Amino acid sequence: MEEGKVFSQSLQESAAAYSIIHEKFGEAISPLDANETMPFFEVVDTLRWTEIALFMREHPKLKFNYLACLSGVDYPAQQKVGIVCNFESLALLNHKLSVKVKCDRDGGSIPSVACVWHTANWHEREAYDMFGMTFTGHPELKRILCPDDWEGYPLRKDYKVQEKYHGIKVPY
Amino acid sequence: MGLLDAGITRHNMLVTSVDNVLNWARLSSLWPMGFGLACCAIEMMATNASNYDLERFGIFPRSSPRQSDLMIVAGTVTMKMAERVVRLYEQMPEPRYVLSMGSCSNCGGPYWEHGYHVLKGVDRIIPVDVYVPGCPPRPESLIGGLMKVQELIRMEQIGISREDALKKLAEKNVDPRLIIEQERKVATA
Repeated sequence: MEEGKVFSQSLQESAAAYSIIHEKFGEAISPLDANETMPFFEVVDTLRWTEIALFMREHPKLKFNYLACLSGVDYPAQQKVGIVCNFESLALLNHKLSVKVKCDRDGGSIPSVACVWHTANWHEREAYDMFGMTFTGHPELKRILCPDDWEGYPLRKDYKVQEKYHGIKVPY
Repeated sequence: MGLLDAGITRHNMLVTSVDNVLNWARLSSLWPMGFGLACCAIEMMATNASNYDLERFGIFPRSSPRQSDLMIVAGTVTMKMAERVVRLYEQMPEPRYVLSMGSCSNCGGPYWEHGYHVLKGVDRIIPVDVYVPGCPPRPESLIGGLMKVQELIRMEQIGISREDALKKLAEKNVDPRLIIEQERKVATA
């Protein structure tokens, strides 16, 4: 954190939580982006994401027991897709922190955290449905909103809707 | 023209055509299938409830397509739902009627351009008799649409096709503006 700047109470708590994770995982995670709205770090060593997640849930000074949201994001400029996870420690330590994980746009995969927070199960399926990254270790990775035989990933920036679905015209 | 308007005199005997009796019976008990797809369904439920009271027209939602005469497509039809809607329609016994309620089922509504998952008009999969515009239509509009279905049934005869009945209905079209104008004049007087 920068010197001489006044940070809010909640941001200081997030930074304290980050430093515990950083102490353990070092170079596997990026420096903290200490903004007031959503302080976050990025997982650089993607393969260790499940391990980091479990540590965040179990460490007595972190206790992130609540995955508030897991959203997919498309980064066409970097040729990547990713997820943003918002964590809170509900009714325990009351701090919050967000994590970003990215992977290749074509055929990339991210380790699943469905075994750590059950919330992630359906959220990861949604991210897969809309953006097309796979989650390794997910118990049931299939589309959740679109039909199983839908073509393409609708929330990608370059998505073009298919002409026909089961013989029915799709575009207007 | 309703049957009772003709007046029953002479020992409760009434002379009329078979078409007239059949049409009267069918239009006085239009049973819609009780299903809704989105916010339009809320408006449809409100129309069914006591304030607007569809039961005074003999319209009463059924829980099976096999007992229904009318399908009110109330809401957004997604591509995933489209095939189910077709299946339900096919399970309904003939003669059957379809009322498309609201912009979504008429033409895709607000999802027409970016709604990759929305069917752009239910008439792409099943034949629609009456379209009710609105987002969602008020109960009054839905009742208007249902009365249009009743008018369509009045136009039917044994041996003529639905297309011909629709044509007859179009020819007998009443301009509502004249009626509204007339009603206004009476109201101010």
